[in-house]
Order: sequence, then C-alpha cells, then structure tokens
Amino acid sequence: MGRKRKIKSGELLEADLTPMIDVTFQLIAFFMFLINFSEVDRAEEILLPSSQLAKPPTEIAKYQILMNLEPGGKVKFEGQSIEQIQFMTPIFRQEIDAAKREGVNADEISVIIRAHEDTPTGLVQELISVCQESELESFSLRVKEKIN
Amino acid sequence: MKIGKERKPLESKVDMTPMIDIVFQLLVFFIMTFKIVTMEGDFKVKMPIATTQDNKMDEVFPTVLHVKIAAGDTGGVAQVEVDTDGDNLQTFTNDWPGNLTAYVENVVAAVEGDPSTAQDTEVEFDIDFSLRYLHTVKAIESVSGIIQPDRSIKKLIEKIKFKSKSRD
Repeated sequence: MGRKRKIKSGELLEADLTPMIDVTFQLIAFFMFLINFSEVDRAEEILLPSSQLAKPPTEIAKYQILMNLEPGGKVKFEGQSIEQIQFMTPIFRQEIDAAKREGVNADEISVIIRAHEDTPTGLVQELISVCQESELESFSLRVKEKIN
Repeated sequence: MKIGKERKPLESKVDMTPMIDIVFQLLVFFIMTFKIVTMEGDFKVKMPIATTQDNKMDEVFPTVLHVKIAAGDTGGVAQVEVDTDGDNLQTFTNDWPGNLTAYVENVVAAVEGDPSTAQDTEVEFDIDFSLRYLHTVKAIESVSGIIQPDRSIKKLIEKIKFKSKSRD
C-alpha cells in the first residue's frame, strides 16, 4: 500500500508565470510596431468602391489635399464639413498659398478624392472642376484595394 | 584571531506584481487603439487647364477613345458607347466592363503595332451626372488594365480624363 503524501494546511501551490509574462511582452512589442498614431483624414462613413488594379501610391506627393465626398455633395476636409462643393474655392486658395510657402506649385499639388460609391459621378466632376478653377490639375481617385 | 563565519549572500525578492499590472495596462491600451484599415489605392487623373499652344507640324496627336456612359433610373449603367477618334463606334449593355476592356485591348494593340500612328492613347469619359461613382470606377478599371492568369497586371491606358458636363 503506497503512502499518500499529506497536504499540509496553508501550503501554497505556486505556478510559474514566466512564460505568460514573456508572451505578454511579445504581444506588446507586436502592437507597438504596428500601431500608427498619425491622423489620417479618413472619414469612416465613406464607403469607397473597390478595385483590383488600384495599388497604394509608391511615391509620396510633395503636398497633398485629401477630400472626402459624401453622396449628398458634402465635402469633408481636415475635420471641416463643407455643405457645397462651390464653397471649397477659398479653402483651395489657402492650401495653394500654404503649398507655395513650402516651395510647391499648384500644378504639383496632388488632389486626392475619396468619394462614396453611391455619389453621383457628376458631383465628383464638379469637385474636379472647382479644383481646376484654382489651377489644381493632378487628381487621384482613391479606391479600396480588392484582393482576390 | 577569530575568523568570521562565512555568511550567506543576502537574497532580496522584488515583488514583480506591479510590473505585471502595468504590462497588462499597456497591452489593453494598445489593443484598444489598434485599428485595422483596408489598403487604398489611387487612379491617377491628370486634367490640366487647356492652354493655347502653337501647333507643331511634327506633333503626334494621341489616339482618343471616347467612352460615353448613360445612366439608368437608379444610377446604374444603361448603356456604354465607345469610339476611337469618332470611328468604330460600338455599344455595350450587358457585360459592358468585359466588352469595354476587349475593345480597348484591340485599340492599344493596333496603335502599338503601327508606329506611324500616335504613340499615346487617351480615354475621355463622358458620364451622365447621376451615374453612381461605383460604376465610374469600374469603367476606369476596365480601360486601365487587365489582371492576367498569372496575377500580373497588363496596363492598357494610363491617361484618363473626364469631359466637362453640366448638371442635368
């Protein structure tokens, strides 16, 4: 008959938590590398159309103007909500002046348009026309990258 | 002389519990602020304001494909018409993206095969105001390139512009 070891009262069972702490540090390092604190002006309510051909831009523009266009014609730019496209003209003037101070001409400014997929195309063209009136000529129509 | 007894080195146990608490706080912070965003790409559209230039005798004019897309009642595509510098007009309704791509492929192949013609090919879109932007992007995708069986992209036309239109 084997002798059973008696558990003394008050004896603590100690588990080695070192591997758990190692994994926790690994997770922290993972998130620290991936996290991006830069404020990218992406309006979450804009549902972009998707395309397999659209690739992320390889070169960063010297100066860019990023606008979000809603189906109703409202433009969201740097946190501001502009009711009508025509009211963007003074904003473009300010941006062009700011770009000139940085040594970038109006024709070198990259205008990025993030339009909702339900937006009438005419509104996108209207926005492009208003940009052209301010001597902006380089446009990028932003879409979601579709991966098959 | 009395020789001192060898003493055991002092062992100090540091309580690591607060460090583990902070580590978990950090982890929760990073998990809450982590955001998964979809990758986004661009279709370039260069639309300079037309400037008056002297016509050069040896200037090569680009081949221009005119793509006219008519919108239906709900903002969908009713009809797509395409011509090459006013010639070879074709109309598509069903499977218009595939047919448009095939048309553009033939034009590009013909232009590349004959060096005496214009080296550049452009597409000018004439799109109804009410057409949903989703279909415009599909049209741009159809003329820009093809995904081949080996997953590579064959570029077709890079120069895209829109015809100015007034609101209907």
